[in-house]
Amino acid sequence: MTAALRFDPIRLPPECEKLRKEVRAFLAEEIAAGTFDPHKPNREDTDVPEFSRKVGERGWLGMTWPKKYGGHERSFLERYVVTEEMRVANAPTRRFFVADRQSGPVLLKYAPEHVKMDILPRICRGEVCFAIGMSEPNSGSDLFAAKTRATKTDGGYLINGTKIWTSSAHIADYMIAIFRTSPPTKENRRHGLTQFLVKMKQPGIQVNPIGQITGQYEFNEVVFTDYFVPDDHVLGEIDGAWKQATSELAYERSGPERFLETYYVLTELVRAVGKNPDTRSAEGIGRLVAQLHTMRRMSVSVAGMLQAGKEPVVEASIVKDIGTVWEQQLPHRVRDLAAFVDADATNHETLENQLSFAIKTAPKLTIQGGTTEVLRGIIARGLGLR
Amino acid sequence: MAESENIVAETAEKIFADLADAQTINNDKKGAWKAPLWQALTEAGLPLAWVPEDCGGSGASLAEGFSVLSAAGRSALAVPLAETMLAGWLLAQAKISSPDGEMTLIPASPKDRITLNADGSLSGRARGVPFGKAAKHIAVLASGSGGLSIALIEAGKCRIEAGLNLGGDHSDTVTLDKVQSITIKPAPKDFDQSQLMLMGGVARSLQIAGALESMLEISVRYSNERVAFEKKISKFQAVQHNLARLAGESAAALAAATSAADAIANSTAFNDEVFLEAASAKIRCSEAAEKGGAIAHQVHGAIGFTIEHILHRYSLRALAWRDDFGSESFWAVELGKLVAARGADELWPLVASR
Repeated sequence: MTAALRFDPIRLPPECEKLRKEVRAFLAEEIAAGTFDPHKPNREDTDVPEFSRKVGERGWLGMTWPKKYGGHERSFLERYVVTEEMRVANAPTRRFFVADRQSGPVLLKYAPEHVKMDILPRICRGEVCFAIGMSEPNSGSDLFAAKTRATKTDGGYLINGTKIWTSSAHIADYMIAIFRTSPPTKENRRHGLTQFLVKMKQPGIQVNPIGQITGQYEFNEVVFTDYFVPDDHVLGEIDGAWKQATSELAYERSGPERFLETYYVLTELVRAVGKNPDTRSAEGIGRLVAQLHTMRRMSVSVAGMLQAGKEPVVEASIVKDIGTVWEQQLPHRVRDLAAFVDADATNHETLENQLSFAIKTAPKLTIQGGTTEVLRGIIARGLGLR
Repeated sequence: MAESENIVAETAEKIFADLADAQTINNDKKGAWKAPLWQALTEAGLPLAWVPEDCGGSGASLAEGFSVLSAAGRSALAVPLAETMLAGWLLAQAKISSPDGEMTLIPASPKDRITLNADGSLSGRARGVPFGKAAKHIAVLASGSGGLSIALIEAGKCRIEAGLNLGGDHSDTVTLDKVQSITIKPAPKDFDQSQLMLMGGVARSLQIAGALESMLEISVRYSNERVAFEKKISKFQAVQHNLARLAGESAAALAAATSAADAIANSTAFNDEVFLEAASAKIRCSEAAEKGGAIAHQVHGAIGFTIEHILHRYSLRALAWRDDFGSESFWAVELGKLVAARGADELWPLVASR
């Protein structure tokens, strides 16, 4: 048997509560100023550059990074608080979220010093948007089947091929992508892929929008034609991207965004049932809140373990597995419970609109960033089954 | 708190390993294992872990006691350790000393009430009382005209109708008809039955989470041994994904239960935040007992459905523990009412309070 799963009961330190108040006050100001409407997760314009810059000004981007790169050397738990407050408020985080969560830490670990000095401070100021180039038309979950080629040329590489389902590529300034630099070997089919930093909005890159069933256009097809990447934009080991993937995923998998994506419908249900719910509504809400609370405590626990320098890969995968399944089911459970809610309740239309959007959003939640099937494979490996 | 730093939990684990081995107990049809186990637990001071030294106990911290209950769950322990600990804890709230021997507590359900009569005697009926038949003494929370009181009574003074829970342990109906107590004192000012039920509920949550940890372990082990279709069943993706889901349920139960225990051990008041923690633990752990237990049985196939196999010791107790001190349905209604009364915009601040 492998080591037992750990979910230590982390208590957020006092500095987190002070920070939480600051974030709530800031978000309330922005809502009052009309920057965004917290009741409308389905707005069309999810990219708000001005909001992104303000969040940077507050010191809430690159919070855990070294000060010399514009970071703030604060804890993962403080970053956690900012992330969850933004998510619950439905704040427009699209422009900075991927850079702050995922791309920045990759650059910190693998980029040459001058690249770090150039880009990281701009992420911290909320000026740049990142996309992640993993999936291709014929390789999604099977990441290591990627075929888009990076061919060595004088001073760099020429990229040819297509990435797909790339969120935010249409607004992104950069992409961190994996490209094939060598064929896989007989011994290791994961060999031969290299991680690159790609500057977007350049000749040789064409971004084609793809409509989603929600009516939004958030993901894209990205076509590379003899696109040049300089040598100093190689991130980490040539042919060795597979070694770099796992630690990154622990950050990506366990955050509050992995169970709060549809949270707004629960708030609106509580509003609709009023102060004295019938037994059916009370029980339904009670169960959902208990499940939500448990998810969050698991997620906070993983953040605490990351803060302590551990790599809780299996625990993080469990959080994403049950968190995404939960947030996928949530709008359907809320719909069940809303069936007998007074249609004249003041927020009935808001709830209906939100439910419609959340139900359409739900299918993607167990696919994006690692499918349920992939996660369960990782958990099974951690259990010693593979 | 790391397990290795917790000498109380280590002591308990050693006793469980030596004297509460699931296979040995399963083979022992006469119950000869019970007396030596209880003797060892008593010598280690565990049944009265939560009783201060000046009330006759060993004065362990709440956190230390909770970790004993986790270990008890991992062993699917079938002696009234949790019940005696809870009874001792209840008595200690009113500075009443605990006697030696097995105890239980009433009420064991949020729907039952014991009444303090004008003449100082106690009356009422408590259903689903765990180990009522095994207890020598019973700790009682009773309501009278002057508020709540806590009392110690002799079990022999009550009428006890025997019943068994899903796991085969006693779950009895205890009727008090003008029973005179050994000692009775007023409960602390802020104490109420809800707190007692949630304390019991958190104990059961920890036990369920412990049982699920063991169910995961023995299911993984079995899947790595059992061969079907010419390979170990652990190599089938369908089995792997089922076990990954069991790991998720076990993890959720563990996180919910230990978080609630931590909240109770470190709070000064029984406020909405502690209520959220404790009620959520009982709700989520009960759900996990159902979902996780079903997977453990599915992985084991027919052998896990036999009385000879140890799996039922964990799976059926975890299901039975759902019913004690308020079921998940009961606490879901209570939590839902609390959330609704606070209002929609106060839900997130409650959830994000820790």
